[in-house]
Amino acid sequence: MILVLMIGILLLGGIACWLVAQRSAMAARYVALIAVIMAFVIPLGWFIQNKPAITGANKWLVQYQANWIPAFGISFHLAMDGLSFLLIQLTFLLGVLAVLCSWNEIRERSGFYFFNLLWTLAGIAGVFVAMDLFLFYFFWEVMLVPMYFLIAIWGDFNRRYAAYKFFIFTQTGGLLMLLAILALYFIHGQQTGNYTFDYFALLNTTLGGATGRWIMLGFLIAFVIKLPMVPLHNWLPDAHSEAPTAGSLILAGLLLKTGAYGILRFVLPLFPQASAAIAWWAMLLGVVGIVYGALLAFAQTDLKRLIAYTSVSHMGFVLLGAFAFNEIALQGVVMQLLTHGVSTGALFVMAGMLKERLHTRDINQMGGLWTAMPQMGGLALVFVMASLGLPLLGNFIAEFLILMGSFPVNPVLTVIASVGLVLAALYSLRIAQKVFMGQLQVVSERPADLSAREWIIMACLTAAIICLGLYPQPVFDLVKGAFFVTGYQLPVAGVSN
Amino acid sequence: MNQLLAYIPAFPLIGFLILSLFGRKLPKPVIATIGAGTVCIAAIITIVLGVSFLQTPPAGGAFHQLLWSWFKVGKLSIDISLQVDALTLVFIFIITFVGALIHIYSTFFMWHDGDYARFFASMNLFVCAMLLLVMADNLVLLYLGWEGVGLCSYLLIGFWYEVPSNCRAANKAFLITRIGDTALLIGLFLLFRELGTLNIQGILQQAPAHFTTGSANIVLITILLMIGGMGKSAQMPLQTWLPDAMAGPSPVSALIHAATMVTAGVYLIARMHGLFQLSPVTMTIVAIIGACTLLVAGCSALAQTDIKRILAYSTISQIGYMFLALGVGAWSAAIFHFFTHAFFKALLFLAAGVVIEALHHEHNIFMMGGLRKRMPIVFVTFLAGAAALSALPLVSAGFFSKDAILWYSWSAANGNVFLWLMALAGAFITALYSTRLMLVVFWGEPKTPVHEAPAQGMIIPLIVLAFFSVTAGFIEWPHNMMHLTLFSDHVQKVLPETIMKAYLPSEWFFQAIAALVTGAGIYLGYTMYYGKAGVRWQQSPGLASTREFLFSGWKFDQLYNFIFVKPFLFLTRINKSDVIDRMYNGIAQGSLRLSNWFSVSQNGSLRLYIVGVLAGILFIITLQLLL
Repeated sequence: MILVLMIGILLLGGIACWLVAQRSAMAARYVALIAVIMAFVIPLGWFIQNKPAITGANKWLVQYQANWIPAFGISFHLAMDGLSFLLIQLTFLLGVLAVLCSWNEIRERSGFYFFNLLWTLAGIAGVFVAMDLFLFYFFWEVMLVPMYFLIAIWGDFNRRYAAYKFFIFTQTGGLLMLLAILALYFIHGQQTGNYTFDYFALLNTTLGGATGRWIMLGFLIAFVIKLPMVPLHNWLPDAHSEAPTAGSLILAGLLLKTGAYGILRFVLPLFPQASAAIAWWAMLLGVVGIVYGALLAFAQTDLKRLIAYTSVSHMGFVLLGAFAFNEIALQGVVMQLLTHGVSTGALFVMAGMLKERLHTRDINQMGGLWTAMPQMGGLALVFVMASLGLPLLGNFIAEFLILMGSFPVNPVLTVIASVGLVLAALYSLRIAQKVFMGQLQVVSERPADLSAREWIIMACLTAAIICLGLYPQPVFDLVKGAFFVTGYQLPVAGVSN
Repeated sequence: MNQLLAYIPAFPLIGFLILSLFGRKLPKPVIATIGAGTVCIAAIITIVLGVSFLQTPPAGGAFHQLLWSWFKVGKLSIDISLQVDALTLVFIFIITFVGALIHIYSTFFMWHDGDYARFFASMNLFVCAMLLLVMADNLVLLYLGWEGVGLCSYLLIGFWYEVPSNCRAANKAFLITRIGDTALLIGLFLLFRELGTLNIQGILQQAPAHFTTGSANIVLITILLMIGGMGKSAQMPLQTWLPDAMAGPSPVSALIHAATMVTAGVYLIARMHGLFQLSPVTMTIVAIIGACTLLVAGCSALAQTDIKRILAYSTISQIGYMFLALGVGAWSAAIFHFFTHAFFKALLFLAAGVVIEALHHEHNIFMMGGLRKRMPIVFVTFLAGAAALSALPLVSAGFFSKDAILWYSWSAANGNVFLWLMALAGAFITALYSTRLMLVVFWGEPKTPVHEAPAQGMIIPLIVLAFFSVTAGFIEWPHNMMHLTLFSDHVQKVLPETIMKAYLPSEWFFQAIAALVTGAGIYLGYTMYYGKAGVRWQQSPGLASTREFLFSGWKFDQLYNFIFVKPFLFLTRINKSDVIDRMYNGIAQGSLRLSNWFSVSQNGSLRLYIVGVLAGILFIITLQLLL
């Protein structure tokens, strides 16, 4: 029931924001903030109170099922395991920060803005807990459309172009996924006579050779567009750089994670053989993404675009690790989802703060900001270091495990991916050097250091990234339940047909 | 005693946390107390620990402390866990003791700097990371320290970040060492795949049974570890960052880029000696790299004019000696040279810092001169350091450690005459540039006025370090002179003894040659630089290009610029707007064009529509008739 509650609060809170904003924009902000904080606290409080034990027999922390359209075998089935729980918590943590980021930035139509923000969050949360494929698809669209509005209405100069591009790319993927879901539905129905969209029922579908491969590709393409994988990444730099700060935060921190989640939750368990067959190619494309994204990131002069391309590079690690099919790499992948959400989110928030002060995203017009903003400079350095994978911060654990896990499977690709670490240092240090070091540029007024609100945002993110770096074990313990119990068959590496 | 281990890195860490969070609000005396005090406490704990270690050696030869389990995934289980054995003890002693002296010195040196707290925060973090590096009981924690010291080095080289060239130097240092770090990381993957553990003791125990000597895997692993060490220790071909790293404040050069961090590579190889012994090829490569580096860097030091760059090249060269010693299997000699080098090189950098400050930030030695009378204490201490650097027989610590390396480079089973000759040539060059440095800076005409006397607090660390630069060698004598081998007895609890050749000439013979060569170097320096300024070979035009070549560090920077930097910049620049995006834009434009073409057909002209319909009917009928 808590699952329904947390999504419901967001949906209702969004509508409330819209209505309240007619009277007062300030009230809308508070409604939004309270709604997201409640959504954050509900699953966390429930978890702390119940301390559900994850045992081999029961990996699901909590389930909820109700009939929706029984005629087509569609049910309102939500369930949460350790993986979902972590991603849900990430979603709402970043959600709270996204509302805080938008506090002063959004001055027009703020009611509708917060409506879209909350609905996107609800959609993302739904994606992470939906265990009915139809419902999953439904949430997939719920997170997409409000995001489109966020970019198209409150974005930067080139927002319309970016919003269209974002919409067309993801919608193409969504369409393929819908076809794949329907194909799976009918094949399973024919095999068993039971026409259902239920995830657990569909897990038992036997899919042979070519059919399995095509259906798998339908899912996979939808997910790797979101991830994104080179060469399907082109919506990302535009969308990220044009979106408002909270939009970039949600895009980088959460939307990309839905793609990775889809691979872990659906592609690998539903199609183990087909996944094993394309594993080598997927890993290759992951490595291509790591290197290509890093090269592009280095070349950018637009700060948000630069950070956007670092996401392409970091998400390459996810693809590499996911298709290595072993525990170490997969745990690294989950860790990468969390730490990338936090660290890249933080960089985008920081870019937003800089833009509010300097009215530019061009790093050539920045420089020497450490002098003017020593606090922000120090915190920025933390996240620059996180981005280049400095141990002590969470990203290192993630990338270390991914590489460690992939190495026995494919040494050559892993070594090339490791070169990505050098490239990561190149682009990350460039951020520090161009923005914070050097002589302070002559500006009309000295930019102010962090305000109390901004301090809260950055302190949360910093604490999260350091905790994940120094004591990541709780995460691994939670995820272990999701991956390594009966019902989740890992594809066997090296098996191909 | 086990419980004390964590306090050693913890105190500097606390210092870092306080200074980085509240440093801007604290008054300078408080910052100085916290910054230097925490390291001093760490040094005291280390000495207590060391005394206890020497009096009652712990069971198994090492203290252990498990702090917490870092992560445990599948077979991979990594703890945050510390270990101090005989080898680590040497390193933590140097790190905390020399570190404390340098911190005390810095409280005066940096007094007028605006970012006082940031400086000490970074220095404290460095000490903490360096301690973790040497105290780690597994390679992942070691890697944490390894990257941590890299970060601090980056922060401190770029400490005066307003100057763009400082930032470039910082970036360069970080990136070049990162190349080595990545190799090290790949080495860890390979080790884990082979042995299923990353615990140092576990690796050393399992390795001999698992690997056959000289097999491909062990060679690959050791080479990867070696590249990691080369990056951090500025060995060829990854040495180019260290001279530029002198952009940082002088205490930083003393602590990080001379005494401690740059010897991390030496530590790594010594620590993993069990693996290197299984791979004779790698040992040979290590020795050759060391020998080449010590010559190349020594020659470059000859041509430098910036006092700190001379010392930087000499550091590279001295670490080359350590690598040479490691390569021939003279493990304890390498560590001994690290031990003495830390004292005298820290001393030289600190003294250079005093000189530079006193002369209004003048770095060029040819603008100095005549300081012998005007800064007598600095002169005496600098002389002690320079004597140790050039390995003046019997009266300097450098002699005892370097003489051992020269001896083993021939006499060890891995050694040979070429390595010995190279090391000997290096000794000659070292003596030459040390003499040049001394004579040019402290003798001759004064060229720049001294503007203030150094603070007392800066002099005391110099005197302490000078004392050790003279005496630190007395704990380990050559076998033929005296049977006093405290140092090697100590470290050989961990490191294996050097395997010697069967038939050897007398050690006296080698010592005499080494002493002669050093003397010759000093004499040559004396004839060239003592007396009138007019007759210096620098001015000879015939050597201008050679001088220029050496001055630029054998053109390595230019070479890398040409091979790596420029192509990389070119590649990224031409693809800035992402060539793949063109494809999608092409698709979009294609659709638009198609749409334009087809919209021609929908123009509202009824006649055209009828023509179209008729043509269609005709086409279908024709088709029907034909088939």
